[in-house]
Amino acid sequence: MPAPQCASCHTARAALRRPRSGQALCGTCFCAAFEAEVLHTVVAGRLLPPGAVVAVGASGGKDSTVLAHVLRELAPRLGISLHLVAVDEGIGGYRDAALAAVRRQAVRWDLPLTVVAYADLFGGWTMDAVARSTAGSGRSRACCTFCGVLRRRALEEGARLVGATHVVTGHNADDMAETVLMNFLRGDAGRLARGGGLGSPGEGGALPRCRPLQLASQKEVVLYAHFRRLDYFSEECVYAPEAFRGHARDLLKMLEAARPSAVLDLVHSAERLALAPAARPPPPGACSRCGALASRALCQACALLDGLNRGRPRLAIGKGRRGLDEEGPRREPQPSLPPTSEPVPDF
Amino acid sequence: MCEMSEEYRESAPKGSPPPRLGTRDQKCVKCKEGLPVVVIRAGDAFCRDCFKALYVHKFRAMLGKNRLIFPGEKVLLAWSGGPSSSSMVWQVLEGLSRDSAKRLRFVPGVIYVDEGATCGQSSEDRAKTLAEVKLVLQTTGFPWHIVALEEVGRPSLFEGLGVFSLPPSVLRCFAQEPVGTESAYKAAVDSFLQQQHALGADGVERQSQHCAQDPHSPAGPPTTAQTQALSRLFDSVKTLTAKEELLQTLRTHLILHVARNHGYSKVMTGDSCTRLAIKLMTSLALGRGAFLAWDTGFSDERHGDVVVVRPMREHTLKEVAFYNRLFAVPSVCTPALDTKAPEKASIHRLMEAFILRLQAQFPSTVSTVYRTSEKLVKAPRDGCVAGPRCLLCMCTLDVDTADSATAFGAQTSHLPQMQPPVTQAGVAAGPCCCAGMGGGPSCYRGEDPRAQVMEQLCYGCRVNMKDLPSLELLPPYILSEAQIRSQRATAEQEVQEYLLGDSEDEARTGES
Repeated sequence: MPAPQCASCHTARAALRRPRSGQALCGTCFCAAFEAEVLHTVVAGRLLPPGAVVAVGASGGKDSTVLAHVLRELAPRLGISLHLVAVDEGIGGYRDAALAAVRRQAVRWDLPLTVVAYADLFGGWTMDAVARSTAGSGRSRACCTFCGVLRRRALEEGARLVGATHVVTGHNADDMAETVLMNFLRGDAGRLARGGGLGSPGEGGALPRCRPLQLASQKEVVLYAHFRRLDYFSEECVYAPEAFRGHARDLLKMLEAARPSAVLDLVHSAERLALAPAARPPPPGACSRCGALASRALCQACALLDGLNRGRPRLAIGKGRRGLDEEGPRREPQPSLPPTSEPVPDF
Repeated sequence: MCEMSEEYRESAPKGSPPPRLGTRDQKCVKCKEGLPVVVIRAGDAFCRDCFKALYVHKFRAMLGKNRLIFPGEKVLLAWSGGPSSSSMVWQVLEGLSRDSAKRLRFVPGVIYVDEGATCGQSSEDRAKTLAEVKLVLQTTGFPWHIVALEEVGRPSLFEGLGVFSLPPSVLRCFAQEPVGTESAYKAAVDSFLQQQHALGADGVERQSQHCAQDPHSPAGPPTTAQTQALSRLFDSVKTLTAKEELLQTLRTHLILHVARNHGYSKVMTGDSCTRLAIKLMTSLALGRGAFLAWDTGFSDERHGDVVVVRPMREHTLKEVAFYNRLFAVPSVCTPALDTKAPEKASIHRLMEAFILRLQAQFPSTVSTVYRTSEKLVKAPRDGCVAGPRCLLCMCTLDVDTADSATAFGAQTSHLPQMQPPVTQAGVAAGPCCCAGMGGGPSCYRGEDPRAQVMEQLCYGCRVNMKDLPSLELLPPYILSEAQIRSQRATAEQEVQEYLLGDSEDEARTGES
């Protein structure tokens, strides 16, 4: 059966069907539609005002690659300038390859690239070192907890280094859906209360962050990357199989199979959650050590590093937690839910 | 909580290991004397009496803590025949028969909805089930009502029963009674006790003599026409998810109608902790994030005059199963819509399988989700005035133009998945486009009944109705209420410029 005509330009043969609507489009029209939608998201939400210096969190993966590419296309229209900021967590065998991809992209697109490394910022702690330090205690290594918090801090540092006014990350709709599922399963009322919007406006000296790809489904991001022949790094992190997010991800895949609009429905639900005022996180202040945004005396990054440096890596994990004991084994009374500060990002 | 692999859990603990189960000298953890018979959470072994005490205490504490059920109130127990609702009915039965100081003080009735038509059961099977059901109901001694989802009752002054003969007023929210304050509750209890005292022994007996027969049970089985209409409706729904949601909606409406007709002001459903956790996650996935507090909280007062109450919400399914087994609670097992359906057939099934699987790995999953659900509040969005209500689920509509993410997403996704003619696509996209761009909702009204109905639904119900290709198969009360509402809205639009202040409240009090 010959492919139908593109529903948009009616001249070329359709090359794909959009996952959400089933509309048949040719490659160019699809890319144009995708870019138009991202533009609409940014403009309608007033996310990136003209003149903004935007630090793009680039990991070399498909989301940040597509994000950088789209923003580069839209930059003249929006009046923004872009910098790529890549974070080197020190995960051997994974991050080096990803960084190589980012370097290639920076050269190809002629965008300035800054690489910030955990080893430099956090006193020699690479993710591999963290993993070694937390392993062997009979419980999970909780690597993703550390990595997420530290990476967000590193991104902020990198953004400051290049003099950026906004930080953007490539989270897509699927990530948001997984996050809300995960937060419910873990009982993280604080994050539930905070999440759901289009990013944070930047309180207390932190740079405003946003996620322009937030409404794009993952499949469309992959399709876009395919049609624009973008070069990205597609392996998963070596520590990823341990993450709890994996459960949420599997669930989301199954939900999507049962009902294609599940991702959008979850995002809709997340936006409209009404949590009790007591469950919301306290208004943020400043960290006493580094001055960054913090809900408590120490910001999460400092607290985690503190624990690592003292040889008690789980010191900051579980403190100030507001939920139940979630962990099965009653051998250790200490629960393992990370405190509520910043969402675990996922490039 | 982030761990997935099993190996991390097997290394030896540092502290003293928990007492090994099965050793002869282990005692009940509560009374330390009796021999344990059940293990609720891992490591908590209870003897029979302590378990019963715990179970009953949970039930009574749930009712007592919330103070919603006033003494002498008529409460309808929604019994599905399943273990949780059977347990609930049993608890109420036992609670009413206690000695007077601790006796439960409301007047119960039981309703059973026969849903055999939806899963294609033959009439012989249905009759057999009904006979079992009647047997159980008679042992309770409460006034009972057996209603088939589709049947048309005798023409009685209650306008017949069954979804095909419900009046449109089922979908209206009547004026809410003000929630009693603490002192009002105490005063009510005191006056009730005085009344009881004054009536003396006679009065007590008279009050506790419940008629064992349902005075209003219809003459015979439902007519085939109605059964066929219901089967046609359910067969036309494309996905199991939408079917389940539709069934729930229709069942709620029917129970509501019966409650209103017979003067019940509360309905108790037997949702257990496990079921509510699953329901919460399912509602999340269905786009009902705004209504989670109503869907899974203790009390659900969106219908106004009848309040749905969930007294079993702290009992896990495991406890219910143990209790039913140990104390021989009768229940009737009937096939449901999703019996024998594969795991991936519907969102409800998926979520159930997922949560139960996760619970096996992280034993506190269900209680975590439950605790989180307790933190949800029944608030409209900040700055939002109470607006129109959804036609089907009767929650305040959560689709508005200020919503950037999903209105936009709905726009891009609202070209229909099937291949209808272009005109249909344009019209079907109408309501969402209008909603997204803030245009007047009257542009497509009157031209397309489907659009008319769709725009009166909340986001979750809209997504469900997408799986129902032809809305004409819906029971007439839904369609006529939709028409009434849209007519009223059109009329209001015409005179909008002349209306002063908030006409919504006046209109609502006018109709109640």
